[in-house]
Amino acid sequence: MVGEKPYDDIPGTWIFDARRARAGYHLNQFLYTLMKESNRKAFLADERSYLAGFKLTEAQRAAVLERNWNRLLELGAVVYALAKLAFTDGRSYQFMASQMTGMSEKEYVDMMLAGGHSPEGWRCRSEREKG
Amino acid sequence: MARIIAGVGTSHTPAIGAAVDNGKADQPYWQPLFKGYEPAKRWMADVKPDVVIMVYNDHVNAFDFKMIPTFALGCADEFPIADEGWGPRPVPAVKGYPDLAGHLVESLVLDEFDITIVNEMQVDHGLTVPLTLLFGSPPEWPCRVIPLAVNVVQYPAPTGRRCYHLGQAIRRAVESWEEDLKVVIFGTGGMSHQIQGPRAGLTNPVFDKAFLDDLSRDPERLTRIPPLEYLRDAGAEAIELVMWLLMRGALGPKVEEVYRFYHIPASSTAVGNIILECR
Repeated sequence: MVGEKPYDDIPGTWIFDARRARAGYHLNQFLYTLMKESNRKAFLADERSYLAGFKLTEAQRAAVLERNWNRLLELGAVVYALAKLAFTDGRSYQFMASQMTGMSEKEYVDMMLAGGHSPEGWRCRSEREKG
Repeated sequence: MARIIAGVGTSHTPAIGAAVDNGKADQPYWQPLFKGYEPAKRWMADVKPDVVIMVYNDHVNAFDFKMIPTFALGCADEFPIADEGWGPRPVPAVKGYPDLAGHLVESLVLDEFDITIVNEMQVDHGLTVPLTLLFGSPPEWPCRVIPLAVNVVQYPAPTGRRCYHLGQAIRRAVESWEEDLKVVIFGTGGMSHQIQGPRAGLTNPVFDKAFLDDLSRDPERLTRIPPLEYLRDAGAEAIELVMWLLMRGALGPKVEEVYRFYHIPASSTAVGNIILECR
């Protein structure tokens, strides 16, 4: 992606901006179709042939099939559209969020019940690397 | 004359709606949250507004990626409930107020706020969860609702300052409507939260408390928070708080805070609720 933005150094975060919107256009339009029950069924019945109807890159296609959430964010999916894929799988939003953080769903829920995590150490890459 | 008499700030986390819809509101996880909203619900039952202006954001339900309006005002008679991927919420359709909405559009555009006009749209949890939190689960919503959808899907969202000024223009627009109406404006979303990537689960109670304090004490300070600060300090999705500034702008210079509630968590969100009455 061309041009560093000031928010690119926020660790563990992909801001959906004009660059990602362009890269992710067809991916997000695919995700949008999952708002319809009939489309959700058709997708689950044969994921590969459903995806063939959209101009995704190979990397995007593979990441959808693998449910590689963070990779999908990196490749231009916006998180609200991505949620529809988790719901299509019968999963909760919380499940998807826990997978993005590398925790089990229970660990993630417990972390949130304990107040979530502070921005300390997570504001920018240099802060993160210092640990 | 129509008058905006108060503003409500509230989170609109979808899991809150799901908890009500699936009968989980009494479970230990959810009970403190719903208990915290009880006083706000009682306040709303006393106030009985004729119209709610609901400032919220669509989450890729009304709008796909063909068009992403920055400010879109709903002018329809009725707004159906969107199927966001797990079936539509079992709540009544939302009744609009096309006459007043049309007046708002005319007044705002002539006041140099270039609003997108929406004559048909489905509404999602961003709009229906605040209704559930403040009005409960009636067979029909007790007032008409004018949706004002603000883009926070694609960066950048409009600035807090721009939202605040649009709120001020909405106040002028409402006051130039002859009918006697009690209007309550909602600012929804937030508070601190991030729901994407390895940093998901971030909250910032210090940021949130200062934000709640300054809605009545020093809203001008809040309008100067740069977008990057929301993203970095309060989480990528905390930018929704600019919609609270839109609400605040519509209340006039002096407000009194009559209720506040703050709770972590609802799913991945730090939940806030505030009621500000115009003075």
